[in-house]
Amino acid sequence: MRTTQVKPKVPETTPVWRHHHILDIDDFTGEEIELVFHTTKAMKEILSRPIKRVPTLRGKTIVTLFYEPSTRTRLSFELAAKNLSADVVNLNALVSSVAKGESLVDTLGTLQALGADIIVMRHPHSGAPYIATRYIEASIVNAGDGWHAHPTQALLDLYTLYEHKESLKGLKAVIIGDIMHSRVARSNIWGLTTMGIEVTLCCPPTLLPVGLGEEHRQLPPVNIEPNIELALDGADMVMTLRLQLERQKSGLLPSIREYIQLYQLTEARLARAKADALVFHPGPVNEGVEISPAVAHGPQSVINEQVSNGVAVRMALLYLLTGSQKR
Amino acid sequence: MKPLLIQGGRIIDEGIDVTGSLLITEGKVSWLGKGEETPPQPDYDVLHAQGLIVCPGFIDLHCHLRQPGDEEKETIATGTRAAARGGFTTICCMPNTNPPLDNQTTIEFIRSKSALEGVVRVLPIGCISKGRKGEELAEMGELASAGVIAFSDDGEPALNSYLMRQALDYSRAFDLPIIDHCEDKALTEGGQMNEGIISTRLGLRGIPSAAEEIIVARDLALAQLTGGRLHIAHVTTEGSVDLIRRAKDKGIKVTAEVTPHHLTLTEERVIGYDTNAKVNPPLRTKQDIKALIQGLSDNTIDIIATDHAPHTEADKLCEFDLAPFGISGLETALGSLMSLVHDGEISLVTLIAKLTHEPARIIGNRYGRLGTLAIGVPADVTIFDPALEWVVEPKAFASKGKNTPLAGERLKGRVMATIYHGELVYKDDSITVKEG
Repeated sequence: MRTTQVKPKVPETTPVWRHHHILDIDDFTGEEIELVFHTTKAMKEILSRPIKRVPTLRGKTIVTLFYEPSTRTRLSFELAAKNLSADVVNLNALVSSVAKGESLVDTLGTLQALGADIIVMRHPHSGAPYIATRYIEASIVNAGDGWHAHPTQALLDLYTLYEHKESLKGLKAVIIGDIMHSRVARSNIWGLTTMGIEVTLCCPPTLLPVGLGEEHRQLPPVNIEPNIELALDGADMVMTLRLQLERQKSGLLPSIREYIQLYQLTEARLARAKADALVFHPGPVNEGVEISPAVAHGPQSVINEQVSNGVAVRMALLYLLTGSQKR
Repeated sequence: MKPLLIQGGRIIDEGIDVTGSLLITEGKVSWLGKGEETPPQPDYDVLHAQGLIVCPGFIDLHCHLRQPGDEEKETIATGTRAAARGGFTTICCMPNTNPPLDNQTTIEFIRSKSALEGVVRVLPIGCISKGRKGEELAEMGELASAGVIAFSDDGEPALNSYLMRQALDYSRAFDLPIIDHCEDKALTEGGQMNEGIISTRLGLRGIPSAAEEIIVARDLALAQLTGGRLHIAHVTTEGSVDLIRRAKDKGIKVTAEVTPHHLTLTEERVIGYDTNAKVNPPLRTKQDIKALIQGLSDNTIDIIATDHAPHTEADKLCEFDLAPFGISGLETALGSLMSLVHDGEISLVTLIAKLTHEPARIIGNRYGRLGTLAIGVPADVTIFDPALEWVVEPKAFASKGKNTPLAGERLKGRVMATIYHGELVYKDDSITVKEG
């Protein structure tokens, strides 16, 4: 099958974009996030065609390097890269030479020697992609590092919200759940506040990282409200986070049962939010724990939209990154 | 050997601060003259020290020489050379080697190896517990007669309060201090850096100040209970300084140390995930630094010790969570600390005291008089330029440990020469000795 030669209708990369890597969203300006929105829109147009493939990244090699099990993020990146005609190599570090003790820096050096242009990396330790950038020239895309950041997830969440709302500025977002161990929460807090959205965090105090809610130049401004009913009052966006069941074993929670009683997003609780509030979840969902099945599958849920927008956002980011490599 | 005259420097020692000259004869300090005075005998070599500070050789009560067991990180040969470059003529090595220094044989190994391969004095510290396991007391009496100057399970706290009580009590028989690394492990499990704003931002597990303060408070209570000598290693928090100050007011026998990095660097150094800024206890906050400096000034904190902890480049070239803790500190100590003097935080005289006669007091006279330029004492002398600026180049370190967060930074204050037992064991290229 011949791929279509139609050029994607995306804006030329402008000086607005200055990233060689995508490590976190905390160094994105509002303008850059808007550029991602516009580029994503163009990518969605491509995805609506009968043949969802353009030759934009033909000849580019993209490696997905995953040190943690992941299905949706890896697939999403793989599809995004293939839709742009890049060559994609998937390296599961859990079963490769890494499992035999090869260091991160050596693995990256090998990938570079093999000609990788972009390395999409998921790692259980915070900061691993930052260390990677010191030793190789390929662009690194952080597909989640430890508790630290998951910028592409935050961008797809923002884009999904942007599709539904006329303007982001002044909206109210609530993030409920295990903020402490969540890279999705950290990146969303940065992205949402950058776009002028008021963020409230709702969780047991044992799952709240130190310092959030205090004024400090190193942290974005957020409100803290441990009472879920009060937190949800008037919200436009509600995000619940996956509760790892081992949090109880590590003593951060007395029981999952009590967590459900205090923090599960139910229909009754959601009614405190605005009528057109959207419900987000980064997945995979523990139905009946952090969110009731009725809400997860209810009319306000955009959980499936998040997944499909994920491919378009990642296409946009890969496109913008290769633009930066040309310069 | 011909006598050596160190001429025209500013000589600072306990109770002395004069410009003048110092004569070293047969390895000992033999004469001190003020101003232009010249020695009574005529035949000597001359080291011109105009514009330089001349003081007793520095003493480091806390360093890791990694030998035996981890010779790829450091050896007695390389560690003592690093010490000489840093102006240290006496260094006390921690016993967390492999095997640990928990018996007479290992102490004798350190002493004989140092005599053969070392260029400065190495004084060993023995373990508190057998195998550093925190279960049974090591044979402290035998360790004392083998020549240890203190006991410590450093790297690990003595977490068992019963063991710590017995250690403080039993060691009274030898008048030797127990040095504790204060860390409540239940609160630091998996911790990577100071718990606070920056750990939240970086998504790294935090090490709260309380983890240190809880054990400091417990140790002070046990020191009071037993009357034993307690020395708190690497104090890093405002809360610990407060606890120690109150304990001293009550007359509890406690001394304390702080490292150059905890006095000069904050947790913000970790931003960017620099594994060379990963150290235990972790770099804290500006507020803690302020309290530490106050503690130094009012003698709540008695001494400065480096906690020199060398690691190989490969050890640190990895994910932040996987990197070992530690900073290679002997060769940057003075340059770092002088920033406190240049900024007016502490006086030069205080700084020198904390590096010389104060640690000598803790060590005692087992190895003769240390940390002084008194006439007749073995000549351990450090000569440094307080204002010379230089750039930290880890490749130039004598230490095998190039792990410093200061690489590429400009420091003001540099060791120009180090004399151990009357012998020039280090000199900067710009220093020449004129033969008389």
